[in-house]
Amino acid sequence: MSPHTFPLGPPPYPLGEPLVRREGREKVTGAARYAAEHTPPGCAYGWPVAAGIPRGRVAAVDTAEALALPGMITVLTHENAPRLAATEDPTLSVLQEDRVPHRGWYVALAVADTLETARAAAEAVRVTYETDDGADVLLRADHPRLYEPEEVNGGYPGTRERGDFEGAFAAAPVTVDATYHVPPLHNHPMEPHASTAHWSEGHLTVYDSNQGATKACEDLAALFKLDKSEITVVSEHVGGGFGSKGTPRPQVVLAVMAARHTGRPVKVSVPRREMPAVVGHRAPTIQRVRLGAGNDGVITALSHESATHTSTVTEFVEQAAVPARVMYASPNSRTVHRVVPLDVPTPSWMRAPGECPGMYALESAMDELAVQLGIDPIELRMRNEPDTEPDSDRAFSSRHLMGCLRDGAERFGWSPRDPRPGVRREGDLLLGTGVAASTYPVLIVGSDAEAHADRDGTFRIRVNATDIGTGARTVLAQIAAGALMAPEDRVRIEIGNSDLPPAMLAGGSAGTGSWGWVVHKACTALRARLRDHVGPLPADGFTVAADTRQENSERSPYARHSFGATFAEVQVDTVTGEIRVRRLTGVFATGRILNPRTARSQFIGGMTMGLGMALTEGSEMDPEFGGFAGCDLAGYHVPACADAPRIEAYWVEEEDPHLNPMGSKGIGEIGIVGTAAAVTNAVWHATGVRLRDIPLTPDKVLPHL
Amino acid sequence: MKPFGYLRATSVEEAVRAAEGRPGARFLGGGTNLVDLMKLGVERPGLLIDVTRLPLDHIEELPDGGLRIGAMVSNSALAAAAPVRERYAVLSQAVLSGASGQLRNTATTGGNLLQRTRCLYFQDVSKPCNKREPGTGCPAREGIHRDLAVLGHSPHCVATQPSDMAVALAALDATVHLHGPDGDRSVPVTEFHRLPGDHPEQDTVIRPGELITAVQLPPADRGARSRYRKARDRASFAFALASVAAVLDVRDGVVRRAALAFGGLAHRPWRARAAEEVLRDAPATEDTFARAAEAELAAAEPLRDNGFKVPLARNLAVAVLTELAAPPARG
Repeated sequence: MSPHTFPLGPPPYPLGEPLVRREGREKVTGAARYAAEHTPPGCAYGWPVAAGIPRGRVAAVDTAEALALPGMITVLTHENAPRLAATEDPTLSVLQEDRVPHRGWYVALAVADTLETARAAAEAVRVTYETDDGADVLLRADHPRLYEPEEVNGGYPGTRERGDFEGAFAAAPVTVDATYHVPPLHNHPMEPHASTAHWSEGHLTVYDSNQGATKACEDLAALFKLDKSEITVVSEHVGGGFGSKGTPRPQVVLAVMAARHTGRPVKVSVPRREMPAVVGHRAPTIQRVRLGAGNDGVITALSHESATHTSTVTEFVEQAAVPARVMYASPNSRTVHRVVPLDVPTPSWMRAPGECPGMYALESAMDELAVQLGIDPIELRMRNEPDTEPDSDRAFSSRHLMGCLRDGAERFGWSPRDPRPGVRREGDLLLGTGVAASTYPVLIVGSDAEAHADRDGTFRIRVNATDIGTGARTVLAQIAAGALMAPEDRVRIEIGNSDLPPAMLAGGSAGTGSWGWVVHKACTALRARLRDHVGPLPADGFTVAADTRQENSERSPYARHSFGATFAEVQVDTVTGEIRVRRLTGVFATGRILNPRTARSQFIGGMTMGLGMALTEGSEMDPEFGGFAGCDLAGYHVPACADAPRIEAYWVEEEDPHLNPMGSKGIGEIGIVGTAAAVTNAVWHATGVRLRDIPLTPDKVLPHL
Repeated sequence: MKPFGYLRATSVEEAVRAAEGRPGARFLGGGTNLVDLMKLGVERPGLLIDVTRLPLDHIEELPDGGLRIGAMVSNSALAAAAPVRERYAVLSQAVLSGASGQLRNTATTGGNLLQRTRCLYFQDVSKPCNKREPGTGCPAREGIHRDLAVLGHSPHCVATQPSDMAVALAALDATVHLHGPDGDRSVPVTEFHRLPGDHPEQDTVIRPGELITAVQLPPADRGARSRYRKARDRASFAFALASVAAVLDVRDGVVRRAALAFGGLAHRPWRARAAEEVLRDAPATEDTFARAAEAELAAAEPLRDNGFKVPLARNLAVAVLTELAAPPARG
């Protein structure tokens, strides 16, 4: 499994080449079909009814008016919907009981011949509620119901302590004690969550927009008490997910329910405005970071405490304090999570859960410490570079944070840098630069794949990977071609279908590593078989199946993480408080880059999303009515082109033999991780004002200028 | 589904006749606001009268040196028109600072003036709103209102008019031409939009069945310079937190004429008469400009979370007036 044996270079061994996306033409010409664009004959349309109260229960549902509409088929409610088996994800238990845990929870589904009728009927469904008083939707650091969970997202322990933090912090000559606020954030992929469900001759076919059709198939089988062989989930093209499609969402359950209930194919799409309430969000965090250091800048005490919310439906704890267990050496450390169940929509994964908000806080605190010490922020990080992973004492499989910082500093033109804040002016503009580190764990999950050699000299690879816009097909073809030592254009890739060999979902930056490994294994075995074979192939060719469960059954003896550094230059308008990023430079150490074109897209996409987190994106709960106050893209400001003028992504050469045959780490998430802190640190450098409540919109900035 | 009638009018007369006596009728221009609100269930017209094919898509030079802008002139065409760019820079800048290229290609001059005020509660039919359903209350006053009004609001409504174009038109003393069942009439653009008062459901003074046919600009003040500046959360495609449109004529260091209007602060474009009073014949200094802006904004009554708009508007006004008063850059 040494990466050195992996053929590299131009075709026919195209690993590392900037191949264009295989399905790019289909997508830009509109030929690629997404979940809602499949319309089986006789297809009906479902439109959900969202609860209009902060919390309570459904007392009665009057469907008479809705059902009287011409073309109406049925209205499903908790009273007549098919019964589901319980699964580990209670957000999928839709229409099973009268409880309304939060505003926007689905309480009914109108099903009709046309989308328009379904929608009109959904509006005509009269729901009477019993509203509980005292709905509680606001996270506070001193909320009396906060508790320390055993485990946080990712399976990490909620609390970790080493040494004596309090003693060391009290004794430290230089300290930082700061609290940072991250608001709820929304994934808002371009393609809303959508499903088309179709029963035919006892078999269920579902076209679903998700990040993993294997998981969707498993969950649907469990919910509807079916065998997995009775279900095919097709997710051929997916218009983004950013974590919000990692596991099934309610619309697929509603579509299958309605299809079963009506005996017709049924299509359900989540309206954009309803997405925040039902597809998950990044939970808000209130993070207190305390750092104690000697005058030499060596950290002796590190505490990262994160308070967050979850819903009353299920416990999801954003693991914001986890990256502090990886980043910097400190003999005394405590990392603590607290969570409070509120009457809010259920939070879930959003690009780099944990690392993204956690590193915003930690890297802001590091910048504050550098300022206190009068040490350059890059130098401070160098002085606290650990020899082993601080929390586990495991050796790093590779760690090139310093290389990223050095390389980035050179490319960005970091030095010479006047560390004084508020001294660079251009007319009304104040200018500043900032830097932050990033990290993201290497996750690999055992998967299955098949490699088939056809008589005509072509190959077919079958693996249930998902392309959520990343270029998965393309990179898998490159990996397969490399392992087969065959030209890439002779390799066909079949993904996005649960009938294919089961594989890891497209999440946790684990897709390419997990799929690529098993594809490599199957292809390597197929090549050996072809090498040993004499004469023409049999009529149906050769097929080799492989799985990588064994290889991934045990925890690696190495701490495996990606690292990176992001540099930002900002301008702050002293007239308006408007902040604009002038340029961002990211340098990443993520093992071998398998396709520079698609990798670059992932990095700059993540950085752009981080820019939005720093400056424009943020949501809030409505304390009076519950639910998120604003639910459309007119108010939830993702960066537009004009906000992202010059974003550059680079990577350092990194050889790591402890990963997978390709020597690659995941790249989908690390781009977002350090960006927000880089931008907000640059805002401090520009203005001398430390603002710890993102996004830094003019209302928050102007009063300090 | 919610059926509605659709009529493509071929003449102004036909359009107005079709609307007569039908309170559920709406004129359809670019539809960039109306269709959005229909999707949200806020607008439920019984009849859409498509006026986009009416022969109102020209910009006409008037004998007095002014311009007559047909109501169907697209926002893109308006911003790009040479006489607008050359003589009414503030208008071109304002239009270009609004929405996105795609929306400006579709949106019309008349429709831009008639876009509804914005507020989260107005757009969410599951919540009360006096504008949408008179008498149900205004949750924004105590609720989410960072983006809402600081001037001229009432206990019944704190929404803001989002049009950038209208702010420039207010500073330019434009006139709105209307044609209705009772014939033609004209309204100064500064009086076209209303303050909410006791009737927040009425955004403008337009009467039932009246159609905007044109917007007329008076001759440009040849000695004056003009500018629009807008502060917003995002570099493009975001509504104004506050904006200012200014026309300024300075001779020998003294303000000869000044027209100033604010956007993003009120239920209508806010023509700053009190500020203009301070500016008239005063020395064109930053101190004057600050006093002028403060004179206008003294009337502000910010809500809990939108107090930042007052210094923001002040800063914008001072910066824009200072820039306009400075000698033009060479080259």
